[in-house]
Amino acid sequence: MSAVRAWLLVDVPRSRWQARCQRFFLGWLAFRQNAGAVAGLAIVAALVAAALLAPWISGSTGVVPDLGNRLQPPGAAFWFGTDELGRDIFDRIVWGSRITLYIVGLVTVIVVPIGLAVGVVAGYVGGWLDSALMRLTDIFLAFPRLILALAFVAALGPGLENAVLAIALTAWSPYARIARAEALTLRHSDFILAARSQGIPHHRVLAGHVAPMCMSSVIVRLTLDMAGIILTAAGLGFLGLGAQPPTPEWGAMIALGRDYLLDQWWVPAFPGLAILVVSLGFNLLGDGLRDVLDPKSRS
Amino acid sequence: MPEGRTGSQLDRNRSSLLVQAPRQIAGTALSLALTFAGLTAVTFVIARVMPADPVLAIVGDRAHQDVYDAVYRELGLDQPIFVQYLRYLGQLFEGDLGVSIMTAQPVLVDLLRFFPATLELATVATLLGVLGGVPLGVLAAVRQGRWLDHLIRVIGLFGYSVPVFWLGMLALFVLYAKLGWVAGPGRIDIFFDGMVEPVTGLILVDSALAREWEIFRNALGHLVLPAGILGIHSLAYLARMTRHFMLEQLGQEYILAARVKGVPERAVIWRHAFRNVLVQLITIVGLTYASLLEGSVLTETVFAWPGIGQYITSSLFNNDMSAVLGGTIVVGVCFVGINMGSDLLYRLVDPRAR
Repeated sequence: MSAVRAWLLVDVPRSRWQARCQRFFLGWLAFRQNAGAVAGLAIVAALVAAALLAPWISGSTGVVPDLGNRLQPPGAAFWFGTDELGRDIFDRIVWGSRITLYIVGLVTVIVVPIGLAVGVVAGYVGGWLDSALMRLTDIFLAFPRLILALAFVAALGPGLENAVLAIALTAWSPYARIARAEALTLRHSDFILAARSQGIPHHRVLAGHVAPMCMSSVIVRLTLDMAGIILTAAGLGFLGLGAQPPTPEWGAMIALGRDYLLDQWWVPAFPGLAILVVSLGFNLLGDGLRDVLDPKSRS
Repeated sequence: MPEGRTGSQLDRNRSSLLVQAPRQIAGTALSLALTFAGLTAVTFVIARVMPADPVLAIVGDRAHQDVYDAVYRELGLDQPIFVQYLRYLGQLFEGDLGVSIMTAQPVLVDLLRFFPATLELATVATLLGVLGGVPLGVLAAVRQGRWLDHLIRVIGLFGYSVPVFWLGMLALFVLYAKLGWVAGPGRIDIFFDGMVEPVTGLILVDSALAREWEIFRNALGHLVLPAGILGIHSLAYLARMTRHFMLEQLGQEYILAARVKGVPERAVIWRHAFRNVLVQLITIVGLTYASLLEGSVLTETVFAWPGIGQYITSSLFNNDMSAVLGGTIVVGVCFVGINMGSDLLYRLVDPRAR
C-alpha cells in the first residue's frame, strides 16, 4: 500500500501513465478534505448502485399491482409503505433510479458534444464564425427552459424521451460558452503551434488537443447542472408530460400520490425525498469537483 | 502615466459614456431582435411544421377537396416556408396569437386575463427572495468560514435541490390543512371573488386602491405560501451570489484602506462593500425574476393559481396548440426582455462593465 502511495507521490513521474495516476490521486486527496463533496459522491454512487442492482435490492418489479396491500403505512414489511395499487414504494423508488440515471445519461450524451463542438470551433477559429455561433448560443441561452419544454412536449407528445430532448435543446448553450472561453486562451499557446507545425490538421488539433483541455470545466458545470435537469424532468413528470404511468418515475409518482397526501402522506413524500437527496448529491459533488478541478472559479 | 483617476480621465470616461451608450443600446436591441426571431422560429416550427396536417385539423377529414384547397391557400401553405414564417411574424406583431379552442376567445385576450396572477406571484416571490437572500449572503460573507456561513450554505443547497412542487404540496398540507396558518389554494376566497373592480388585475393592488383591506388581507393570505415556496430557489441563488460578490469586494484594497482609516465595520460593509455589490446584483435579480415568471408553472399547478402557467398546461392537455404557443411566446418575450433589460441597466450603471 505504501509502495503504491510512494509511486503516486514521487516528485518526477517516469511515465505518462504514472503522471496521470498522480494527478488523479492528488485530486482525490484534495477532494477527500471536503466532507460535503464526499457525501455527494456517496449519494451519486448509491444512485448508480441502486440502478444497477435494482432486481436484487427490490422484492418486486414495482409495476405489478397488489390490491390486497393498498396504502399500507411504512413499516417492517414495506419500508416506505405502499401506494394506491399496493405497490411497494421503496421498490418503485429503486427502479425509478434507473430512469433518473437514464435522464442524466441521455442529457449528457446530447448536451456535451454539441456544446463542446460549437464552443471549441467558435473559440479556435474566431472571426465571423465565432460571432455567428455565439449569437446562436445567446439565443438558446435566453430561452425559457421549462416553457419551451412544455411547448415541445405538446408538439411531440408526452414521454420521457421527448421531455429529455426538450431539456437538452436549451441546456447545451452554457457548455458552448465555457468551451469557447477555454479555446480562446488556448488558441495561440505553444503546444497548439507545435502540433500545427507538425502538420496535424485543424480538426485533429481541435478534437485531440483543445477539446480535452475544456473537459474539467465542462464536467464541473455538468455536475452542477444535473440537479436542475433532474428537477425539470421530475417537474415534467409531475405535470404528466414526462414518463407515463406505470413507469416508476419519481415526479410522476408524486403526482399520483397527490390525492393521498391528507391521509397517506408517505405516498407522495418518499419519491420527493428521493429527488431532493439525489439533486443534493449532485450539487455537493459539483461543488467539490469545482474546488479540485477548477480553482479559478472557487467562491 | 500615473495610476488612479485624474480629473481629465474622469472627463474622458464621461464622454466615452455618451459615445458608447447608444452603441450598447443598439447592440442590445440587435440581440433582442435576434433572440426574438429565434424564439418565434421555434414556435413557428412547432405550430406549422410539426403537426401532420394543419388543414385537416381545421376542416376535418370529411371536407370536400375544394374546401381543403381553399383553407390550404388561406393558411399560406402553398407559399415557401420563409414567406410563411414572415406571415407568421406579421400576425404576431398585430397581436394575433390565434383563437383558443378551449375558451373560444382570442389567445391574447385569455393571456391578458391570466397574466396578472402570474405577475403578482412572481413579483412577490422575487421580493421575498431578495429580502431573504441578499442579507443572508452578506451575513455569510462577513462570517466566512464560521458556523453561520455553513448554515446559510446548507439553506442554499436545500433551496437548489428541493423540488418546489413537492415542497409546495407538503407546505400546503402542514400549514393550511393541519395548522390553518395560511389560506388554501387559489388567489382569493370564493366569497370575495369578483368583489373588487379589476383595474390592474393584481388583486393586492386593486384591493388597496379600493381600500378594501379585508380583501387585501385575504388575498395576501393566499399569496404568501405559493410566493414563499416559489421564492426559495431565488433566495438560495441570491444568497450564494451575494456572498460571492461580497467576498470579492471585501478582499479589495479600498476596504483595507477604509478599515485602516478607522471607518466603523458596519459602514465598511454596508456603505463601501455592499454599494459596489448592489450594481452586480441588478443582473442577478433580473435573471431570477425572469426565471420565476416561467418557473411558476409548477407552483401554479400545485396551488391552483389561475396564472399563465396553469393556462398553458391545461391548454396542453386539451390539445389547444395556439393557446400553448401563445403562452410560450408571451412568457418567452417577458423572459428575454427582462434579461436584456437588466443587462443593459447593469452596463449603464456600472462603468466597469463598459
